[in-house]
Amino acid sequence: MTPTLAERMDDWGRRLAPIATVLVLLFVGLIPFGVPGMPLIAPAGTQIAVFYWAVYRPDLMPPLAAFGLGFIQDALAGTPLGVASLAFLILHGIAVNQRKAFLGKPYLLVWLGLAIAALVAACASWALSSIILGGLIPPERPLFQALATIAMFPVFSWVLVRVHRGVVH
Amino acid sequence: MREPGYRFAKRLAVPIRGFAHRFVYPLLILGAFALMILGKADLVLIERMRATMADALAPILSFMSEPAARVADAIETGRELIRLREENTQLRRENERLRQWQIVANRLEQENGQLRDLARLVAEPPATMVSARVVADAGGIFVHSVLIGAGSKAGIGKGNAVMTSEGLAGRVATIGDRSARVLLLTDLNSRIPVMVESTRERAMLAGDNSHQPRLLYLPTTAHPSPGERIVTSGDGGSFPPGLPVGVIADTDGGTMRVLPFVDFNRLEFVRVVDFKIEAPVVQTEVPRGRERR
Repeated sequence: MTPTLAERMDDWGRRLAPIATVLVLLFVGLIPFGVPGMPLIAPAGTQIAVFYWAVYRPDLMPPLAAFGLGFIQDALAGTPLGVASLAFLILHGIAVNQRKAFLGKPYLLVWLGLAIAALVAACASWALSSIILGGLIPPERPLFQALATIAMFPVFSWVLVRVHRGVVH
Repeated sequence: MREPGYRFAKRLAVPIRGFAHRFVYPLLILGAFALMILGKADLVLIERMRATMADALAPILSFMSEPAARVADAIETGRELIRLREENTQLRRENERLRQWQIVANRLEQENGQLRDLARLVAEPPATMVSARVVADAGGIFVHSVLIGAGSKAGIGKGNAVMTSEGLAGRVATIGDRSARVLLLTDLNSRIPVMVESTRERAMLAGDNSHQPRLLYLPTTAHPSPGERIVTSGDGGSFPPGLPVGVIADTDGGTMRVLPFVDFNRLEFVRVVDFKIEAPVVQTEVPRGRERR
């Protein structure tokens, strides 16, 4: 039986949900809220979402999508093009590489995986941005942002689990 | 039963898929590095690509930032309600003081006009101004810049001064049709010619991604004290002299730092000002009486 148009659209919508969640988090992370410190924590969501989908639904978050989302992030944030793409690819690569170790294992292990991936991505972004922008960027802020990403993982993954179960299946 | 061509294609597709699978990460990582190198080379193409992307997504960001601004306003309102009484008395006192200043300013403006007439000063071209909403804030981890929701279609040009009611915030760095990127004066790559307002000593305000940009190339004889006002010097021809920038912060260990007037955490609307300065003005000493030959 061939699916109707509505069914197919519904299916596509569900398949695009992982990429859509990253996009929404990306936009929300860039909106000026006028709250001090907020822009430091806000970008954490996109990294967590890329990592989460790469672990649990890599078929719906291919590496090319991670690259493209990084491109959009850089274009809108004004950061050197390619840096966020590389950071997302690092998160994606570590997640996909170790996903057999993560699946069915306690939550803490996944958290540890994200922590390592986020720190590696932050180091790479910091070093490359410093080289490209032509000056040593104070390392405290990228480090703080990576720590914020790690600390915010339970909150964001709770939301992502809801999206995963409710929309993506 | 499918036709043999399909099976052949399927048999061929498997190794291609495997190949793509194995090399997709190296290829994409290579692609990311290629973007970085091309971006570093300052290719027009890359800048165009970035501006197009920003143009396309700025309306979405603008749409999303409005409710966000309302939430921020609500929080601010709540905070203000608590301090309403004391703020009222404080404002009344300030109002009184400002009214006296207004009288002084009126008198000075008249006097200034008369003196300009006397000296036959060439009038500066009138500046044009565009107000724009800040639609995206990068967060200041690697770069200190914001995206605003107006571009060349609104009359904004590269190099225009970006101000708030408090003072200078930065300058327009890249420009699209409907969006523009503002390099804030705290950014690592921001350099703005400034001077100490009271002594007219020139210096360069250099951002270093901290909240307080450094003051470079200040004459060794100059020792401005904390709290002294720093304004643009007009050197280099991009900004007119006298735009308020900030005050000297506490000097720590030799490096002079400036505390900007603008609160970069609360950038919501900015004014983009085109002062119509075409080329750097070359100042030459003309002996008196020989000007009109």
